[in-house]
Amino acid sequence: MTETLASIPLLAPFIEFGFMRRALAGCLALSLGATPVGVFLMLRRMSLAGDAMSHAILPGAAVGYLIAGLSLPAMTIGGLVAGLAVAVLAGGVARHTVIKEDTSLATFYLISLSAGVLIISLRGSSVDLLHVLFGSVLALDDATLLLLAGFTSVSVVALAIGLRLFVLEGCDPAFLARISRLGPVAHYGFMVLLVVNLVAGFHALGTLMAVGIMILPAAAARLWVCDIGPLLLIAVLTAILGSLIGLLLSYYVNLPAGPAIVLTLGALYLLSLAVGPLGPLASRWRASWHFER
Amino acid sequence: MRFDNLTLGYNRHPAVHHLRGEIAAGSLLAIVGPNGAGKSTLLKAIAGELRPLQGQVELHGVQRQQIAYLTQLATLDSSFPMVVHDFVAMGLWREIGAFSGLNRAQRRRIDEAIGAVGLAGLESRPIGSLSGGQLQRTLFARVLLQDAPLVLLDEPYGAIDAASVRDLAALIRHWHHEGRTVIAVLHDLEHVLHEYPETLLLAREVVARGDTASVLSDENLRRARQLAEGRGDQGNAPVCHNEQDAE
Repeated sequence: MTETLASIPLLAPFIEFGFMRRALAGCLALSLGATPVGVFLMLRRMSLAGDAMSHAILPGAAVGYLIAGLSLPAMTIGGLVAGLAVAVLAGGVARHTVIKEDTSLATFYLISLSAGVLIISLRGSSVDLLHVLFGSVLALDDATLLLLAGFTSVSVVALAIGLRLFVLEGCDPAFLARISRLGPVAHYGFMVLLVVNLVAGFHALGTLMAVGIMILPAAAARLWVCDIGPLLLIAVLTAILGSLIGLLLSYYVNLPAGPAIVLTLGALYLLSLAVGPLGPLASRWRASWHFER
Repeated sequence: MRFDNLTLGYNRHPAVHHLRGEIAAGSLLAIVGPNGAGKSTLLKAIAGELRPLQGQVELHGVQRQQIAYLTQLATLDSSFPMVVHDFVAMGLWREIGAFSGLNRAQRRRIDEAIGAVGLAGLESRPIGSLSGGQLQRTLFARVLLQDAPLVLLDEPYGAIDAASVRDLAALIRHWHHEGRTVIAVLHDLEHVLHEYPETLLLAREVVARGDTASVLSDENLRRARQLAEGRGDQGNAPVCHNEQDAE
């Protein structure tokens, strides 16, 4: 039976090699945890803020690395602390000064990114730097996989509990502020979820690529549906599909796995732009069809 | 509701001066006045979204979160991927909160609210595909479900057609007959004359208050225009008197 399955090219790498199975499991966890958070990032027009936050976790991970080398707990805790600190600082500056939120986030992420690269270069090699920046999805060990699964579980449960809050905060935050005191809980809760998923993503895809599995599937799915439930589902399925194709490309064409996954997700986004019912081509076709009749 | 020497403004610049008086529960009150008269500012203060520079708004028997407040510039992101049914359902927040599901009776009430604003059949339409009038009707349906004792409407008929105005005005009459307090900021004086028994004419201070027909006299309207343009009785803009002067 195993031999029969191993003869199928799409399954063979995952049956033959444990590192491919681990990579696939890690990507599945990220697709389930990080991608729904990416959908809300997109809907709150915070896609670039998500990108900035992904850079913001770097100095924390770097300090963890400086203290304990490529240690999973040290880099995870460092990343969480740095990400949350930047979220709170950037939010505070935006609320209490004339600096707007996008500029505030950009300033802190630039400081964070340069500090992170500097800290790593103090002790590590360029290989270590590449590991932190671009991840190592093909080298996930048991501990990292368990961490990804744990973070994903927390994220999925939190998102399920707070879904209505997150939807209302994204759709009509002023209305939420009028009818409930939970507005700040929704805002900061979401930022915590974002940081948790970015830290999980950075172990597999690196700080520069982690946000790719959040935003690209979300943007692709948005070109297909107009309702939040199906949108979340299609985004997750797109992320899983992109991860699978990316890993297979990486195996058969000998490409670096992280960029292959993110590029595949990018290709799925471009495909959605071309054929998705809410894409520009479909809209133009509908308009011409209307006038021809 | 009682206004106690209420002065409102932004960045310490007063926009409404020394408002005093009461609004009885169950009133149907129009607030009219020229642009910049402080009408929306007053509603914002009643809703608790603007801290008074001086004085206070006292609400008796109503908590802030029980107020349904439809703002002039709807704050919702209409591109958000959400269908009409789910959007209107948010009006049930006080009952279902952030976590409870909808039961059958609540689903029926949502359908009834959508039907009451003339949008039956559009329950599954994304809110982003609605026209301006349909979106306004959707907001009214959400207010309907809020079941609020105090309803604040800030220019609720902006950019919508006559049929929609007629339907929504009927809905407001219905709220009034149910005993709710409805306060609406409006510009169409003909509409106010026909629909609102009481009116407050504002021009950064109270020009007149009471029976609509007598408030909307030519003399009062002229005075309101003069005050708004900074040409009051003494050729001055409304000025802030101190407590003793005002008395």
